[in-house]
Amino acid sequence: MSDSQPNQPIERDVMEYDVVIVGGGPSGLAAAIRLKQKAAEAGKEISVCLVEKGSEVGAHILSGAVFEPRSLNELFPNWKELGAPLKTAVLRDELHMLTSETAGIKLPNLFVPKTMHNEGNYVISLGNLCRWLEEQAVAAGVEIYPGFAAQETIVEDGVVKGIQVGDMGIDRDGSHKPDFAPGIELRAKYTLFAEGCRGHLGKRLLKQFKLDEDVDPQHYGIGIKEVWDAPAGKHRPGLVVHGAGWPLDVLGTGNTGGWFLYHADNNQILVGLIVDLSYSNPYLSPFDEFQRLKHHPVLKQYLEGGKRLSYGARAIAKGGFNSLPKMVFPGGALIGCDLGTMNFSKIKGSHTAMKSGMIAADAYADALLGGNAGGDALQAFPEVFKQSWLYDELYRSRNFGPAIHKFGALFGGAFNWIDQNIFGGKIPVTLHDTTPDYATLKLAKDSTQIAYPKPDGKLSFDKASSVFMSSTNHEEHQPVHLKLTDPSIPIAKNLPLYAEPAQRYCPVGVYEVLGEGANARFQINAQNCVHCKTCDIKDPSQNITWVAPEGSGGPNYAGM
Amino acid sequence: MKAIVSVKRAVDYNVRIQVKPDGSGVVTEGVKHSMNPFDEIAMEEAVRLKEKGKITEIIAVTIGGAKNEETLRTALAFGATRAIHVKDDGGIEPLTAARALAAIFKKEGAQLLIAGKQAIDDDANQTGQMVAGLLDIAQATFAGKVDIEGNKATVVREVDAGLETLEVDLPAVITADLRLNEPRYLKLPDIMKAKRIAIEATTLAELGVTAAPPVKTLKTTPPPSRSKGVMVKTVDELVAALKAKGLA
Amino acid sequence: MSKILVIAEHADGKLNAGVAKVLAAATQIGGEVDIAVFAVDGAAVAAQAAKLAGVAKVLTINNAVNDHPLAATLAPQIAELAGKGYTHVLFPGTTFGKDVAPRTAAKLGVPQISDVMAVHSATSFDRPVYAGNAIVTVEAPAGTLVATVRLASFNAVAETGSAAVEAATVAGAAPAHTRFVKLEAQKSARPDLQSAAKVVSGGRALGSSENFKVIFDFADKIGAGVGASRAAVDSGYVPNDMQVGQTGKIIAPSLYFAIGISGAIQHLAGIKDAKVIVAINKDADAPIFEVADIGLVGDLFTVVPELQSKM
Repeated sequence: MSDSQPNQPIERDVMEYDVVIVGGGPSGLAAAIRLKQKAAEAGKEISVCLVEKGSEVGAHILSGAVFEPRSLNELFPNWKELGAPLKTAVLRDELHMLTSETAGIKLPNLFVPKTMHNEGNYVISLGNLCRWLEEQAVAAGVEIYPGFAAQETIVEDGVVKGIQVGDMGIDRDGSHKPDFAPGIELRAKYTLFAEGCRGHLGKRLLKQFKLDEDVDPQHYGIGIKEVWDAPAGKHRPGLVVHGAGWPLDVLGTGNTGGWFLYHADNNQILVGLIVDLSYSNPYLSPFDEFQRLKHHPVLKQYLEGGKRLSYGARAIAKGGFNSLPKMVFPGGALIGCDLGTMNFSKIKGSHTAMKSGMIAADAYADALLGGNAGGDALQAFPEVFKQSWLYDELYRSRNFGPAIHKFGALFGGAFNWIDQNIFGGKIPVTLHDTTPDYATLKLAKDSTQIAYPKPDGKLSFDKASSVFMSSTNHEEHQPVHLKLTDPSIPIAKNLPLYAEPAQRYCPVGVYEVLGEGANARFQINAQNCVHCKTCDIKDPSQNITWVAPEGSGGPNYAGM
Repeated sequence: MKAIVSVKRAVDYNVRIQVKPDGSGVVTEGVKHSMNPFDEIAMEEAVRLKEKGKITEIIAVTIGGAKNEETLRTALAFGATRAIHVKDDGGIEPLTAARALAAIFKKEGAQLLIAGKQAIDDDANQTGQMVAGLLDIAQATFAGKVDIEGNKATVVREVDAGLETLEVDLPAVITADLRLNEPRYLKLPDIMKAKRIAIEATTLAELGVTAAPPVKTLKTTPPPSRSKGVMVKTVDELVAALKAKGLA
Repeated sequence: MSKILVIAEHADGKLNAGVAKVLAAATQIGGEVDIAVFAVDGAAVAAQAAKLAGVAKVLTINNAVNDHPLAATLAPQIAELAGKGYTHVLFPGTTFGKDVAPRTAAKLGVPQISDVMAVHSATSFDRPVYAGNAIVTVEAPAGTLVATVRLASFNAVAETGSAAVEAATVAGAAPAHTRFVKLEAQKSARPDLQSAAKVVSGGRALGSSENFKVIFDFADKIGAGVGASRAAVDSGYVPNDMQVGQTGKIIAPSLYFAIGISGAIQHLAGIKDAKVIVAINKDADAPIFEVADIGLVGDLFTVVPELQSKM
């Protein structure tokens, strides 16, 4: 059954590039394109290789998304002629504070924080934008390899030298199947990590190079999204609706979040809920909160009679300015959401991710074109960053998240209105939130169980049907890619203390506790995983480590 | 000995198919496409035959628009030695594809066409058989096992009645069924090398092929959903209900 | 008016049961329907075909070259016969029909319509694409219409006819390039999941590998293939090759038992073409009951053995 065993040294092919980029999202693709643009301007060559773990670029991309075109304007001033998929300009913004399952207040425009105004922005599918960026990148000469996951960083003498691509063909028990194909080494002068929020290599780099020691802990949310085909007569292309409050806390600070409902092109409505992963009730289920949210009249009016087309979930890194780690280490940098450049006050991370990739590309291209041999912690990147509009934008928004965490949706929102609309984000205080999200859960015995309504199969659905709508698949015969540091913890500790919250925070039912009492056991349905990373973030024991499964595995989002 | 493998770009098998609300087709924009899985099996079989020294050259052929080049790159990464792109932006009838493949088969002096038994988009299951008919050569469809000795191929076919063994003289057409083999993982270095191989372009006109009269698609609808049947209370009622349907 | 030629599939002197379903499709198209029997001696098969309702006449084409149904032998003969005024040539959608029909269409220089599942007119049909996830309505161009008929979509016509049997002659030659070697029936105690007429599947509610015996025993009693839900596979009760559903096997048996399966849409995607679905589940709210033709709420560990004893 096995040709060779994994403990024998494996011979790996090596390919060398000037720059290797991990991840085909907005930051990675923007960086790749900008590197090639800089090289072309200089009349020189910079070789760029980008690997993407999804089966194709866009397969793992999930975002709202209302897109601010600022970075795209800079990258491709002629993006309209080039056919970028920005088809639906924002028509109007609405902001609602829901106070109960039937009631809510639509905030007058005057009271909407400035950062939440969307004139000049577009309702888009970020997945489709990334597919378009991929075409531009390939045309510019970037080598892009979807279906290959970066599994390890190559670190030699304290310098990141590149990455090793994941092996293919390892059986569940770790033995090599007959078609075992060892992952190759992609070595580079500089490696840019653009894995998105909570990248599994980025997480290790933060620790290994002590990048986040001096900043607030990163804060996260889990975003759950569905794409709907709008019922007849309900589609208002360009209408952007945001809201907070019910079914999460309105006045409380324990369990907060916010939702969106965007009318896109093609008769589609994009609806989603972001639950702050600092939530405290271990019985809370973001999935079920989202399902019941859709029954609120404000949302239901646009969905009832429509048809759900797809489903997905992804964690977001929303700590912003206060949580921004050091960006560079010897041999590379973190960019985009792997670094944490999302602007939570705008609920937008795409233009900031792109910009961070472009700033990095400018710095690294200059170094390479100037003959730099690589391997250093290039300070030019953070220096250029500090001079950029991105820095200014993130600084102005630094209080937004902490205010909600500290004061709740209503009063935190009020603080943000004053900060953004009176002080332009420069209110002379900085709020900090120093409790990491995994440490916020109360004990189960001190918490209220939540009785979620049964899904009606029309507006709300169960988890199993939802996973199906994400077109998720993993090769069955491979090791489980959700690693438990101590396999006994879920049942021995998490279950009695927190009623094992993994069963509920996982939006696709990867984690289940089967049996009761002495027969209870923890099951991991790794095949369902949509790579959202919530388990890696929220497990109160920090016992779950997400690693990349075999390349191509995971969701196959279309139009997300 | 030259073998031709026909490869088609199709919506990936992992993608959930959505019918467009206006009935004009299924959603293919912004969804993952890949090589038709049965063509992957055909490609794998060709590569194995080449590794065994039974054939010396594998020519991958696709017909369609510019994006089909990706599929030829995949074929090259599998181990095709050459790739021919018959460029055409129209809807390709199986008969048109068969005419083009037959023309290339003759021009190249190939001895073997290995094709997937069907593509998972139109599920037609026609092209291989049509090529064999146009060329008046042997065909062995639904292949579950292929052995080649000299000028002969012994093919075990997966037919409804079981396993049928045919012996065919080359040139011949073989269509690959699911259990013929398990395609290998494509290795990144092979994908990288495949990017650098030139693809030969041609057209139906250059091949002297006229397009077949099209079967027009009038509309596309989602399959009817099942409705709830009857609930029974006891096993006896269940058995009676099955008997009523002639099933027990 | 249409003149339809139905190609008879047969083996060991027996007419394939699918031909009666092809007749149903032919009857819906309307017009005169003939059946062609290509054999060494087609008398016995022709006699069976003559009984099918709606047949005008049965043509026997007796020729020693027709001892095995090889596409290369049959296609030129069928093409020649079709040339004698037939507007349609229909084949059963079996491996036989799928092998021979396209070669015949190529000989005639016409496109083929595969897997006809509904007839709208003499030239317009429904057929499944994308593994049945979409249905297209198509219009065939002018010329002889070659099609295969999806057998699951039609009910067999009755055996109430008494058509005339006539001998027909077409040129037939055994091609030198193809030789039949052997046909082996697949030997397996339990029918293959993918082709079985009956399938019994078990779900998470079985609780363990050992308990799956209930499913295997019942399946063996009624001669069914055995499948499982993804949840049962994920729980390690049975191997993955038994998985029925979108990520497993997509099957279309005439009778399907879903036992202890809640009926996640993922699973339903794999059985939507099953003719009759029977669901047995403890949970009256299980979604499987929404699609089951017959549902029974109860404990599978008592229901299934009882059912086994009574079927």
